[in-house]
Amino acid sequence: MGLNEFLFLLAGLKWTLALSAIGFVGGGVVGLVVALARTSGIAPLERAAASYIGLFQGTPLLMQLFVVYYGLALVGLKLDAWVAVAIGFTLHASAYLGEIWRGSIEAVPRGQTEAAKALSLNYVSRMKDVILPQAIRISLPATIGFLVQLIKGTSLAAIVGFTELARAGSIVSNQIFQPLLVFGVVGALYFAMCWPLSLYGAWLERRLATATR
Amino acid sequence: MNYTLDFLPVIDGLPSLLAACLGTLGLALGGMILAIIIGVGGVMLRDSGIRQVRWFVIAFVELIRNTPFLVQIYFIYFALPLAGIRLDPTPTAIIALGINGGAYAIEIIRGGVQSIGKGQIEAGLALGLHKAQVFRLIVLKPALRAIYPSLTSQFILLTLTTSVASAIAAYELTSVAQRIESDSFRSFEVYGAVTLFYLVMSWLLMRVFGLIQSRYLSYPVK
Repeated sequence: MGLNEFLFLLAGLKWTLALSAIGFVGGGVVGLVVALARTSGIAPLERAAASYIGLFQGTPLLMQLFVVYYGLALVGLKLDAWVAVAIGFTLHASAYLGEIWRGSIEAVPRGQTEAAKALSLNYVSRMKDVILPQAIRISLPATIGFLVQLIKGTSLAAIVGFTELARAGSIVSNQIFQPLLVFGVVGALYFAMCWPLSLYGAWLERRLATATR
Repeated sequence: MNYTLDFLPVIDGLPSLLAACLGTLGLALGGMILAIIIGVGGVMLRDSGIRQVRWFVIAFVELIRNTPFLVQIYFIYFALPLAGIRLDPTPTAIIALGINGGAYAIEIIRGGVQSIGKGQIEAGLALGLHKAQVFRLIVLKPALRAIYPSLTSQFILLTLTTSVASAIAAYELTSVAQRIESDSFRSFEVYGAVTLFYLVMSWLLMRVFGLIQSRYLSYPVK
């Protein structure tokens, strides 16, 4: 594998990072709405959010990408492949993050909500100033764990035909006929992205565990 | 927008799609059995007291958990023939799923083992049980009850992961769907229907596992 092939992999890696970032940020925004709906106390809204989460957690990411990819084309949206894939990851991430954050919101002691209500804070202020700051702290290890899942998941965009790191690897592998070397390097690149995050998540979890003990 | 949905290819392909659901479940089951074997073996090796072995297990877990399954399955797909092992895509996929699931199983089982009080193990040893007996009787069985929920949700995750095995054309639902799709060009209909199949499968698995748990594993602990 020469320098050119390696640079091609790095160009793919750039797209992996971009997809992960878009999916995480977009999924975070939508996921917050999902989490708030899931904990809203309004039965139909909670049920809708629960079904949304269940739909994404009960089906393979690859199928979600396919359905979004072809579904968007079907309703007449002529989108670039990468936009369609980015939307797919955003929806996927929103369901998982919504579920993680629901758990964190519910993990904040009830007394906090009651105290905020007693102080006659409205819903927005109660969430923004009292519940969410505490929930975010609790959710951080799981959120980072999901970010690792998401980065790994972006490799499935390769099957849809989008050239990110994994597909760049397939292309190079087909060119130079050294699949083990190429996929070894590709794996190492993913590892270099994910492992520090995993370690950070584990560290946060340990710290949180000692803090709440 | 002048597209009309046409589910005829899905209906025509229904027998092969349903058969492929069994293929998917078979892949998941085969992968899970291998994963549990790797999981139990990995935990025993990790706790063997030999430093190099312990680090090897930790490195394996970290390596698998921090790389995508797609890259793993490609790597194994190309590595096995070089190692002189010629297998069809489907057994290859089972091996890849087993290795992937195994890393997660090691972590899950380790958590279960750690949930067993040290005093119980010491008591077992004091009673003159062999190390292997202590592991089987005092650690494994109660730990199994503790890890059942995580292990079963891991199984459902593994079932969903099998769709990635379509990348090496293993026999399962997604690759059969891809074949029908490329014959009919009804991409949305085919993948939409197959998504529903997956949803039903994971829901059924959840119900079955829940039933088993309430039936066999939920007797009073205290």
